[in-house]
Order: sequence, then structure tokens, then C-alpha cells
Amino acid sequence: MSALLEVKNLCVNAEDKQILNGLSLSINPGEIHVIVGPNGAGKSTLSNVICGDPRYQVTSGSITFKGEDLLKQNVDERARNGIFLSFQSPVEIPGISMSTLMKYALNSHRKAKGLPELDAVSFSKLIRECAKKFEITNEMLKRPVNVGFSGGEKKRLESFQMAVLEPSFCILDEMDSGMDVDAVKIAANGVNLMRSPERSFLIISHNNDFLYEQIKPDVVHVLVSGNIVETSDASLLIDIKNNGFSRFLNKGMN
Amino acid sequence: MDKEDNKNAFAAVSDEPYKYGFVTDIESDVAPKGLNEDVIRFISKKKEEPEWLLDLRLKAYRKWIQMEEPTWAMVKYPKIDYQDIYYYAAPKLKKGPNSLDEVDPELLKTYDKLGVPIQERAALAGVAVDAVFDSVSVATTFREKLAKQGIIFCSISEAIKNYPDLVKENLGIVVPYTDNYFACLNTAVFSDGTFVYIPKGVKCPMELSTYFRINAQKSGQFERTLIIADDNAYVSYLEGCTAPQRDENQLHAAIVEIIVHDNAEVKYSTVQNWFPGDKEGKGGIYNFVTKRGLCKGYKSKLSWTQVETGSAVTWKYPSCVLKGDESVGEFYSVAITNNYQQADTGTKMIHLGKNTRSTIVSKGISAGKSQNTYRGLVKMAPNAENARNFSQCDSLLIGDKCGAHTLPVMVDSNPTACVEHEATTSKISDEQLFYCRQRGLSAEEAVSLIVNGFCKDVMQKLPMEFAIEATRLVAVTLEGSVG
Repeated sequence: MSALLEVKNLCVNAEDKQILNGLSLSINPGEIHVIVGPNGAGKSTLSNVICGDPRYQVTSGSITFKGEDLLKQNVDERARNGIFLSFQSPVEIPGISMSTLMKYALNSHRKAKGLPELDAVSFSKLIRECAKKFEITNEMLKRPVNVGFSGGEKKRLESFQMAVLEPSFCILDEMDSGMDVDAVKIAANGVNLMRSPERSFLIISHNNDFLYEQIKPDVVHVLVSGNIVETSDASLLIDIKNNGFSRFLNKGMN
Repeated sequence: MDKEDNKNAFAAVSDEPYKYGFVTDIESDVAPKGLNEDVIRFISKKKEEPEWLLDLRLKAYRKWIQMEEPTWAMVKYPKIDYQDIYYYAAPKLKKGPNSLDEVDPELLKTYDKLGVPIQERAALAGVAVDAVFDSVSVATTFREKLAKQGIIFCSISEAIKNYPDLVKENLGIVVPYTDNYFACLNTAVFSDGTFVYIPKGVKCPMELSTYFRINAQKSGQFERTLIIADDNAYVSYLEGCTAPQRDENQLHAAIVEIIVHDNAEVKYSTVQNWFPGDKEGKGGIYNFVTKRGLCKGYKSKLSWTQVETGSAVTWKYPSCVLKGDESVGEFYSVAITNNYQQADTGTKMIHLGKNTRSTIVSKGISAGKSQNTYRGLVKMAPNAENARNFSQCDSLLIGDKCGAHTLPVMVDSNPTACVEHEATTSKISDEQLFYCRQRGLSAEEAVSLIVNGFCKDVMQKLPMEFAIEATRLVAVTLEGSVG
């Protein structure tokens, strides 16, 4: 089986400081990978670089997605090719409602696939179905994007967008931060609902219990100082929960 | 590489060539170049005007030659040579056309290219169009239907011939020829424009619309519009413009005067899309316009809505003089500047009567190397008991080479009056662009979406048909990044 996403020897700078240090990662279709690690290890950098965030410079290495060179694609091309990022702290965009953003987003995706724009009735039906999964009210969809929502509501809206756009690769950056127990359950349910043999996930989280019990990932990586220092199955989460990261810390920059 | 994308997207704001640049080949009947009393007599004679109007023109001209061009606006442009301009140009016609069939087909083609098929538009939308091509009205539709209700909608030349008393009584009341340099010039040389009269108690059944078009080479354009809404009358008036592309700058100095009587209401909407000059700032229209309305009557109401996307230089302050007690003035504006465009625009709300109210919502969007200034005056006169004003001025910057300036002035001479002002300046952030693009929108689509969201409050004030056109125009103006 060929990998959906293949990261090889990736070195990344932000403002001339090296953040990722020859990182390699391979994710097959249908797999859920989790990345854990201490603060500042480069977890969010990795997710943003996969999406093409212009604030980061790839100095060497490669990223292949669906067999194509991802680094040659710009942010929106990557998105339309099926990469979705659930942001750690989604930015506010005044003046645009969530449903308008989704209408434009969905139509760009459809256009890229050579499909016609979705008519108003089908669009509103799709939106309602997806909203229901994440307990998003109609009123929330009419409000400006991310303006005045609680942390948990923002995360649910991120999951909602993921459901609407049906990406083949979902990155969830700090998927449980700022959420209460119930909200975490909704988010976990969302991931499980969207799980399929073709769709892969890369999840960044600190909440080992939640990941272990609710998501049951296929692969767990430990990221320290810009590199992956340990890769194992879900049981690694319990190990880290009990023993912390200390035994991995000296494995980083070497 | 993606930083480049964003940069390119911003740059692409400037990359959209002017889509309406073409010159229609119609022989013009022109006055000799330059301005003197003979030229003014030529214009007046051409138009078979009465003595009093010629006298007014000459009085204005004699005043104008003593005046100095104002320099207080935040705009820079090369000195205008007023002797290097043709002050009168009219498409040659056998006689005034009675119907569209008699209109020069070349002219109709021009409107087609602009997306303004007159017949279709008139028939489908029920809009009466008084199309001004250069300086003379050539096609007026629906006039009979309007006439049945006593509504007068015609060119100002015709009004001068057919309703001389009505014109004489009202022309220059709101904007006297002494008002300012450009208004004075306009009074001396105005060629044509629109006249609207809505009689007592009549609600105009359709939107009245005029499409302006600057065409003949080097012809200054001096439109004159006069709108009168008598007691309890209502009218919504639409003005929209596009101009063909050429290298030399063209001067445009129009006057719009509006008089609103007891309980009457006038809505005046503008979409201005004149040639803004090219990417290097070459060419483009100079637009020096005086627009003012007098809310003369008790509970009269005047509402200005404008979407300004064109012209190299814009100098324009649609204003309301709130004389009648409980009269209402409104100003809703979207001004977009790009490349080397300069806009100095805003409004004046002069509260004279008791319990008068005014609202100002101004949205300025600057891209490229442009400069966008809001200049406003809210004045509460000593007798303006309990007068109220609310002003909101928001600026949005795209890129880091443009400028936005807000210059609100408030003069409050009545202790019971209340003036409120809110202002914001924001920039489309890299984070916002990244977020939208991560959802699959191109950089242009993302900027377009954010800009449209920014000026939504004003767009919603436009009549439906105009709103669609205006949104399309915003897209074209900022296409490649700020659709």
C-alpha cells in the first residue's frame, strides 16, 4: 500500500530559526496518527507546514501527498487536494458568516473537481446535516466567522467545516484545547464518524486519556526538539501518561 | 513561495485592466477649445437657452476667473490647463430622437458593451433610463408612463425649455454658483444633465436611472442635475458611470442639487466606475463633484448611497442641509482606491432644524499605492434642538503601500444636540488570508470575500439591481486579490 502522506528528512525554519530537524513521517490511507511531545517541540509547525503556511520556510526534505510533490502546491491548492487543518486558535473574520465561507469553500473544491456549483437547496441540506453532528445551531452559522465564540464552540465549528469539505487528510491541531468534557466527546465522535478506509488523520493533543479511550489511534509519535524520537502503537500514550516525556528528552537534537 | 502568492494576490489587485475602455466613433459637434465668454455664449446658443440662464452662466464665469483652485484636499494632480479643454461636445443627431429606434446604433452598441442594454433593462427591470452620452441626452424611456402621474424626468436642457419657471426657481438654490471653484465652473459651462420633479403626494413607481458616459476626446464633462420632491413625494434615483480608456486626464465637475419638501423622501444612489488611470497612475478621470441636498420641509428625508471605485482623483462630499424640523439625512459610502488612485470623499451634515437626525456610514478600502481620505463635517447650529448624529468611519487596508485617513470635524453649537463618532482601521491579516485559503479559496476569492463582508452594511442600502452591479464592480476593481 502506498502512503497518503510521506514526509522525508524535513527541515523547516521560521524567522531563521530551525524548528524541524530532518523529520520523517509516513501515513497510510485510513490511519489515525497522533503526535505528542513537550511544548515547543514543533508539533504545530509540522501541521502548518503541511498546509503551506507562508510563515515557514522548508530548507530541505520533501513532502509527498497522493504521490504528488506537495511543496510545489500553494495553500489553496493543497486544501482543494484534500488537506484540512483544524486550527489551534481559529482567527476571527468579521463581516463573513460561517455559511457564506462554507459556500465559497465548497464551490472552490467542487470547481477543482470539475463539478458544478451546489444549488441552494442541496447546500443548505448538507450544511444542516453537518451542523447537527457537532451541535451547531443555525444562529452560529449566521454569525461572523469565529467572532465571539467560546474556545469549545470554535473547535466544534472547525470540525463542522471538516465534515462539510470531506477532506482525505485531516490535521487536528490541539484538538481538545479549550474544550470541556462534553465538547471533547462531540469532537471525538466527529473524528470517529468521519473515519473511513480512505481518510487519514494527524492529531496533535495533550490529552492522553481522551485519545486512548475515545479515538484509539493506529500510530503514536513522540516529537522532541524538531524530530520524531519514538513511534509506537496506542499503548505509548499510557506509558507517557504514567512516566512523562523525560526519557525522550535527550533523544532530540542529535 | 507562498509568501509570494499572497504578495502576488495583493499585487494582482492592480492587475485587472479597465474592462470598459473603448472609444465609440461618433462625430462630435464641439465648441472651440478653451474657455471664454464667447464659448459660454456658444454653449447657451446651441442649447437655445433663455436670457436669464446665459446671464447666470456669464456671472459665474466672471466670478470663476477670480477664484483659485482649492488645495485643501488630500489629493495631488498636475495643474489643470482649463484652456486646453473642450467645453461642449454633443453626438450629432438629426433631431432629438422620439424613441429608441431613432437612437444612433453606434451608441446603443456602446451601452451593450457596458452591459447596459437599454431596451432590455427598461423592459425587464422597469427602470426608466435617461441615458446621457457625452453631454446631451439621447434616449429617455418610460417618460409617458411617468408623465401620467405628473412626474417630470428629462434632460435639464429640455426642462429649461419646457418648465422654465420651475427650473429658474430652484436652480442654484442649494449650490449657488459662488459655492466653490468647481461648482462655479460648472454653472458657467454645464452642458446637460437630468431634471426630476415629483409632484405632491406622488410616490415614483420605479427607480429613475441615468447612465453617464464620457466619450469625446478631451471633452470636460459638466453635468447638472436637479431633483425636486414636493410635499409627501418619494423617489429613488440611480446614477451609474463607466468611461472609455484613454491617456489624457479628463476633468469632470458635476453639480447635483436636491430639494426635499415636507414629508418627502429622496434616495440618491451612485455607482461610480470611471477610468481610474493605469497601473503606473497614468490617465484617469479627475472627478470634482458638488452634491448637496436641502431637506427643506418638515420631516423631509434625503439619503445618499455611493459606491466609488473609479477616477484617478475623487473630490466629492454629498451633503445634507437639514433645515426642516425633524428632517433626516443619511450618507452611506464605500470608496475603493487602488494603484495610484486618490479619493478625498465624505459628507457634510448641517443640522439647522429641531430634532433633525443624521447617520454617516463610511467604508474606505485602500489597495496598491492609493490614498483614501474620509473628510466629514457634522454641524449642529444654535437652533438645532435635540439634533442627533451618528457617524461610523471604517478603513480597510490591503497591502502596506496604501494609506487611509479619517478627518471628521464636529461643530456643536447647541447643548441639547448629540454627536457620536466611531472609527476603525483594519488590515486584511495574513492569518485571515491563510485561514480562508486553507478552506480552499484562492487568495483573490479570500480578499474579495473579506472586502465584501467589510462593506456589506452599505451595499445593503443600494436598490437590489444596483447592489448586484456594485458587488460585481468591487470584484472587478480588486480582482486577482480583492474581488
